[in-house]
Amino acid sequence: MLDAQNAFVAFDRVQKSYDGENLVVKDLNLSMPKGEFLTMLGPSGSGKTTCLMMLAGFETATHGDITLDGVSINNIPPHKRGIGMVFQNYALFPHMTVAENLSFPLEVRKMGKSTREEKVKRALDMVQMGDFAGRRPAQLSGGQQQRIALARALVFEPELVLMDEPLGALDKQLRETLQFEITNLAHELGITTVYVTHDQTEALTMSDRVAVFDDGRIQQLAPPDELYEKPQNSFVAQFIGENNTLEGVIQEIKGDTCIVKLDSGDTIDALPVNVAEVGERTKVSIRPERVEFNRDRLHADAHTLKAEVLEFIYMGDIFRTRLRVAGTDEFVIKTRNAPDQARLVPGEMIEIGWMPQDCRALDA
Amino acid sequence: MTEVLAADGRPLKASLNRALRRQKLRALALIAPLLIFILVSFVMPIADMLFRSVENEIVADTLPRTVMALEEWDADSGDVPGEAVFDALYTDMALANEYKTHTRLGSRLNYELTGISSLFRKSGRRVGRFDTDVYTDAFQDADPAYSDPAQWATWMADDTIRANLPITADTYDAWAQMIVEAEGDVPAEEEPWDFVYTALYQDATAGADLPIGVDLSGIEPVSLSAQFADVDEDWLDPEVWQTIKIYSPEYTNGYFLNSVDLLKGSDGIEARPESEQIYVTLFIRTMIMSLSIMGMCVLLGYPIAWLLANLKDSTANLLMILVLLPFWTSLLVRTSAWKVLLQQQGVINDVLVWIGLVADDGRLQLINNQTGTIIAMTHILLPFMILPLYSVMKTIPPSYLRAAKSLGATDWTAFWRVYFPQSIPGIGAGCILVFILSIGYYITPELVGGTKGVFISNRIAYHISSSLNWGLAAALGTILLAVVLLLYWVYDRIVGIDNVKLGG
Ligand SMILES: Nc1ncnc2c1ncn2[C@@H]1O[C@H](COP(=O)(O)OP(=O)(O)OP(=O)(O)O)[C@@H](O)[C@H]1O
Ligand SMILES: [Mg+2]
Repeated sequence: MLDAQNAFVAFDRVQKSYDGENLVVKDLNLSMPKGEFLTMLGPSGSGKTTCLMMLAGFETATHGDITLDGVSINNIPPHKRGIGMVFQNYALFPHMTVAENLSFPLEVRKMGKSTREEKVKRALDMVQMGDFAGRRPAQLSGGQQQRIALARALVFEPELVLMDEPLGALDKQLRETLQFEITNLAHELGITTVYVTHDQTEALTMSDRVAVFDDGRIQQLAPPDELYEKPQNSFVAQFIGENNTLEGVIQEIKGDTCIVKLDSGDTIDALPVNVAEVGERTKVSIRPERVEFNRDRLHADAHTLKAEVLEFIYMGDIFRTRLRVAGTDEFVIKTRNAPDQARLVPGEMIEIGWMPQDCRALDA
Repeated sequence: MTEVLAADGRPLKASLNRALRRQKLRALALIAPLLIFILVSFVMPIADMLFRSVENEIVADTLPRTVMALEEWDADSGDVPGEAVFDALYTDMALANEYKTHTRLGSRLNYELTGISSLFRKSGRRVGRFDTDVYTDAFQDADPAYSDPAQWATWMADDTIRANLPITADTYDAWAQMIVEAEGDVPAEEEPWDFVYTALYQDATAGADLPIGVDLSGIEPVSLSAQFADVDEDWLDPEVWQTIKIYSPEYTNGYFLNSVDLLKGSDGIEARPESEQIYVTLFIRTMIMSLSIMGMCVLLGYPIAWLLANLKDSTANLLMILVLLPFWTSLLVRTSAWKVLLQQQGVINDVLVWIGLVADDGRLQLINNQTGTIIAMTHILLPFMILPLYSVMKTIPPSYLRAAKSLGATDWTAFWRVYFPQSIPGIGAGCILVFILSIGYYITPELVGGTKGVFISNRIAYHISSSLNWGLAAALGTILLAVVLLLYWVYDRIVGIDNVKLGG
């Protein structure tokens, strides 16, 4: 882990309140190395934009320190921070052509005309918009505007680029293309990127690391795979991907496994993640694809649960089966569509189980 | 290209038109009331004003024979017209006196030459008592048939006699018409008046055969020019006749010439005497002051609108009420309040003297001059600048400014390069509103403008309500309208009229 001193971007115990009553950002600590693509992911109102605005200089932190390349930027006005920014509504200047929009940051940096033209052209080519230099933003499609906004944020070669839900207004297909292009560009140019989204797929596919925000705090900061496979708390487990939750009480902890007594009376094996003592309430989280109903593939001494098949959905590549397990109707399992894969029939009674390390006992 | 056919085989275009016709008719019916209202309340008055500014039928209508006779007369000769003109004037004047139109004509011509009004009034009063009764007596003494109204009527119905006596026939017809219209009597029962006998005498001396021969050699001819000169010497002034002749056509550019301080002299268009030149100065002053008021409104209104657009809604609403407050008080009250504030012993001067900025004997003249007009009008028209500006600024998302700053622009550059250009449509709309309102304003300049701070509209109001010179008022109004349209055109060329937004 980097410490605040040699990180490129660092938030050090940052707090923010707009009204003096509620903390919108509570004790934010975050360090980013140079060149990292970090995504802030979280539900609406969790403080993502606020963090971005503090970094860009449009909001001041109520408490704490933000450093950029080791220098505290609390007192540097936004225009001197040299941070590129892509806004959710693109914020392309409607009275300027695409080329003028791109040349604006260069003009205010007092660059010569020929340098400007060359850089604008390079930036436009970079986002494959070379033919649109003379158009007004209103004459472009949403995706094209997005590309221009990106080019404008990059044209003055900032080392840090902030993007606030840049793809929020686009359709799925275009979003996927642009996600790919943005990550490619960011890595090619070696820029450090802070990307805000509340689309978890976007966060998982694009980022080096994802910071999951809730209630003004970072709930977990980890690379995508770790985030998905090893959620640190039940919020993250719920928020990222599909997840089955069972509630119960810790009955026994032995080393890196524990036994949980569910509210329905059944007992299961789990991995204690942030539970400490016997008797504590817990939410256990199991990913649908890690549930096994083939007795042969389970440990001989693994705990199993009885389940009734409620619904079988054929989804092409996978089968999604909804079960009644331990008092809940919402238990879902996913199985790969393979030739030897059994197709469950509603009404069928089966037995399910899992490897203890796939079942994480989290906070209640 | 082959014609596209609808399912029933008819051309698709025709089918579409048929389908749309009902819709169009309904749309037309819906806007019809407004259309009629606009036509009646807007297009017609303006058309009427445009017409009045050139209309001049009154001279030819009131003095038709005189106008005809004057065609022979050379206005540049410096001579008084010949006897024939006075003969015609006699008949016209006698008739006009009965119709009571000669005074109106007098007032009309008085705009062009002072004194004509009283000349006409006097002459109308005296024209019935001219010495022409000697002709009447001569005819009636010679044969009683000449005093018989029925006989006259028979003669005047006879085409040979009418052809013989052209002047008499024309005069008798006019007289008969007048008897019916003005007196409500029957011509065949009324003895013709002196001027009809005068006409008969003129025909006779021209050699025409009378219906009943009369020896007229013993009659001393009455000189009508002498008769008129007896009423007023001015009838022998060629200038009076020049004026009548210049203004005898049905349409005149006289009002327009007057509006730009020119006049129609006997030898073409010339400048008015220095002392009578007011309108050009007034037009220029109106333009300059309206532009100053517009500029002041932009300077004062822009920051306010910006503040309004950027405050949170509740505060902005309160401020907006303050902005609109002037609309809730009477214009007169507001203007009078400015009188209280601005006069030399007024609040502002008192404060300035009190804090020692001006000496007590050097109190500022803030009212009854252009300063007063500009201050009061700026105050009154400010909301018309703020409202469009506000509604345009409200649509500029704050993210533009943020984007500009994140791209490295200082606060000022961000404002000037990004925010300001986007607010121009609001400035344009506000400027057009304020400018057009202010060049037409007259109450406030009237009250606080003194003599140096009045607008052209004050003169228009004066001509409409006091001097009753509607033609001149219409010409001034037309010029004002033309100037506004011209400026509108210039604005369109420079800024583009689709660049004007009142909101959204
Ligand atoms: N200018 C402001 N004044 C007062 N409160 C604000 C302001 N901006 C944001 N907030 C509040 O701060 C909290 C966090 O807002 P923020 O915009 O950071 O959320 P977000 O995570 O970006 O949400 P979203 O995903 O919806 O964009 C919200 O409760 C919001 O109401
Ligand atoms: Mg946000």
